[in-house]
Amino acid sequence: MSWINLSALWKIVVFGLLAGAGLPALFAIGLRALAWPSGARVQTAGAGAGGGGGADSDSDQLIGGNVLGLIIAAIIFLAILAALGWGIFEVYQIGHPVTKK
Amino acid sequence: MGNTAILVLVVITALGFDFTNGFHDTGNAMATSIATKALEPRVAVALSGVLNLVGAFLSLAVAATIASGLVSTKLVTLTVVAAGLAGGITWNLVTWLLGIPSSSSHALIGGVIGSTIAAAGGHAVLWHGLVSKVVLPAVLSPIIAAGVAATGTYLLYRISRSLTDRARSHGFRIGQIGSACMVSLAHGTNDAQKTMGVITLALIVNGTVPAKSNAPFWVILSCALAISLGTYLGGWRVIRTLGKGLVEIESPQGMAAESASAAVILLSSSFGYSLSTTHVATGSIIGTGLGKKGAEVRWNVAGRMATAWVFTLPAAALVGAGAEALAHSIGATTGVVVDLIILAAVAGFIYWRSRGSKVDHNNVNDEWTGSVAPEPEPAAAA
Repeated sequence: MSWINLSALWKIVVFGLLAGAGLPALFAIGLRALAWPSGARVQTAGAGAGGGGGADSDSDQLIGGNVLGLIIAAIIFLAILAALGWGIFEVYQIGHPVTKK
Repeated sequence: MGNTAILVLVVITALGFDFTNGFHDTGNAMATSIATKALEPRVAVALSGVLNLVGAFLSLAVAATIASGLVSTKLVTLTVVAAGLAGGITWNLVTWLLGIPSSSSHALIGGVIGSTIAAAGGHAVLWHGLVSKVVLPAVLSPIIAAGVAATGTYLLYRISRSLTDRARSHGFRIGQIGSACMVSLAHGTNDAQKTMGVITLALIVNGTVPAKSNAPFWVILSCALAISLGTYLGGWRVIRTLGKGLVEIESPQGMAAESASAAVILLSSSFGYSLSTTHVATGSIIGTGLGKKGAEVRWNVAGRMATAWVFTLPAAALVGAGAEALAHSIGATTGVVVDLIILAAVAGFIYWRSRGSKVDHNNVNDEWTGSVAPEPEPAAAA
């Protein structure tokens, strides 16, 4: 009988870091990709996706308008959602050990 | 039959505890989102309530620990369980009045252990289970959570530094909604379980279900409902201390704190550790203060909380032991009824005291001036 379950402890630390710090970091990368400016750099007018006139330095505009950036961001956000779904499924599986006779 | 009457009383008291657990802990999930204005206060508590409901069904590992891992089910009686619950509820209400985010789990476990010792002596407590599944996780989990949150905070600011301040806070406010939802879900998997465990313990003790049983469905459902109702009511006093008192939080920090809490709680729940979601959330919030340059952690507030944490187990145990002794001296059903009447009176008194310095969704975000209830000035601080 040991007092500390070391194998549970390291799993909590490692997976805790991966999910608890890794996923938000991934989200931050997604935000950055989303904010990539479109090819024509500071041309404020005529930018496709919601460019408008809001390219000032203190805008809360999240979408930069770069298509590649948008695609990367979408992939990242979907990956995060998938990771969450998978995690929830795992928790459900572990939490409901098969006890049917 | 006397037993059935007491059993019904115990179940009602347990659901009452679950309710206090809910409103005591709303802040764990939602305090940072409310503080950064990622969510409207009332939307936040409603969302958290629903997700607690879902989370309660997600994992049953912790309920099993509480039901059969802490005290010897052979030596415990229904009166003992009722007295233990009285201890847990009393401590929860007192700390709520003071706005201290203390652990509902420890209040419950402390209460049950105190009443067990009073009734049957120390040998009825499974000390190994207590230390390895409750005390050690209580010490380690906030430290792990703080480490994860500090790492996350550092990474978030580093990765997002090319964004403008406003874009950054906008983006992470959206992210916070997701991470706060995960904490609420995690809270359901851990805290709703504790009451399920206690009711199951009562059912085992009463012989209604065999030893080592899992929680029956009606127990899961009623506990899930009680905790989500309590969560929806919102423990604004504790939300305020966590969101405004500890660290001034920006949205990247909020997201880091919530993600760290959710990950640590969900992982621990799966292993059956009944850790305190409160300790984890507090650890995470302190971690975000450590991970950001120039952020200030109000250590005096943190110290006050830590003091409360140390006292939670013994204080709830004392109340539980007292309630057990009283019920025992009066005897059988009457004793339990007297206990619960006193408990109701204490709860009423504390509620009445709380009206004097009200904290609700209107003033929860007012500037922190060192007290739980903001100064009663009509003008909301900017």
